[in-house]
Amino acid sequence: MKSRFINWFALANPSSFYPVAGRLIPWFWLLAVVFGVAGLWISFFVAPTDATQGEGYRIIFVHVPASWMSMVIYIVMACWAGLGLALNARLSGMMAQALAPTGALMAFLSLWTGALWGKPMWGAWWVWDARLTSELILLFLYLGFIALQAAIDDPRRADKAGAVLALVGVVNVPIIYFSVKWWNTLHQGASVSVTRAPSMAHTMLWGMLLMALAFWMYAIAVALMRVRAIMLEREAQSAWARELREVVA
Amino acid sequence: MSALVAIIRRDLLLAMRRKADVLTALFFFVIVTSLFPLGIGPEPTLLRKIAPGVLWVGALLATMLGLQRMFAADHADGTLEQMALSPQPLVLLVAGKNIAHWMVAGLPLVILAPLLGLQFDLDAESLGVLTLGLLIGTPVLSLIGSVGAALTLGVRGGGALLSLLVLPLYVPTLIFGAGAVHAHASGQGAGGHLSLLGALLALSLFFAPWATTAALRIALE
Repeated sequence: MKSRFINWFALANPSSFYPVAGRLIPWFWLLAVVFGVAGLWISFFVAPTDATQGEGYRIIFVHVPASWMSMVIYIVMACWAGLGLALNARLSGMMAQALAPTGALMAFLSLWTGALWGKPMWGAWWVWDARLTSELILLFLYLGFIALQAAIDDPRRADKAGAVLALVGVVNVPIIYFSVKWWNTLHQGASVSVTRAPSMAHTMLWGMLLMALAFWMYAIAVALMRVRAIMLEREAQSAWARELREVVA
Repeated sequence: MSALVAIIRRDLLLAMRRKADVLTALFFFVIVTSLFPLGIGPEPTLLRKIAPGVLWVGALLATMLGLQRMFAADHADGTLEQMALSPQPLVLLVAGKNIAHWMVAGLPLVILAPLLGLQFDLDAESLGVLTLGLLIGTPVLSLIGSVGAALTLGVRGGGALLSLLVLPLYVPTLIFGAGAVHAHASGQGAGGHLSLLGALLALSLFFAPWATTAALRIALE
């Protein structure tokens, strides 16, 4: 009897996930391009010039989605890590490993675009604002995760050690955020703040949402591509990997 | 309970037989904190301002130095595997090792801190707050650090990797610890910061030994 539900556990097997991911990747790329083009069009041509910040504010259409993604990816990574520890599934560790570089990239992009935005707006490349500082620490957490996985040769141990680190990190992220926030208010008083964003025009919000969707799709597409590469790397000796068309050719 | 006491006694005894390791970290703390006035200049108002930060960062780095030793020797000679196999819960033994590590690496820093604070021209009350903060905060450093030490057990380039993993997690402790002295100096009162440090201690006391145990079991597989 065929079950009405998709058998999710079957997908946890690399040999069955590999072709599924391969079929999904073009779709995510397509969506990323569509959303990206629409978002960029709105953000460059439709969204009005900001009254106080001029044209320079347009970098937030990259900056805000990148910041969101850097946080979301860490949480998703920690979820995969927890799943991997609980169910001892191979795929979970591979997914966490595949997500980490994209997350680090997003955190870096967020800091970089933030600096580009900060120079004309605040007159400084860097201020010790709570958000900037906690984003920087998030980048360090990503780098630590990547470094730990890279330092352990046995992939199964690397997965599990990385999973414990990701879970410890995800507990700490809110603590770090609030500690930096309180530290900041104590030291700086009422300084510049990104939080006091004036009410946004609707078109700006749409532009940002579309860009965020584009970043989502990009992140999924890239993570799936990377997880496929990781699968081939780790399972190069297994029968299913040897029979793949792209491997045989 | 007797297992906990036994492992603390054992680790302390081992540490006492290799005093150089302990003293190195301690002198590192003294030297690092003494370097800052040389680099920045002897102006008392400035020194008073940077003292809490310098002493706390010094304490962070000095704790880092001894972290790897918490499990490395036991791992190398197989003792750790015996501990994992023993009928006592591993998490209890881990807690014992954490306590011993704090008594060897953290407590001396707490005792030395007021003396070093004098070099920075801190007044008596600030010294009290600083010492109290370190007393609550250094166990947190040992507890969080033990997770990192267990994760990097027997891994290539463990020392540098360990600092990359652990230092970002030390940020809240540093902020509230140094912040307590600043808050006291600015007249706000250190109570809030010290309570938050206590909260961090309670949280890490509860969670960190479990995370360390999980990491050790992974390393021993």
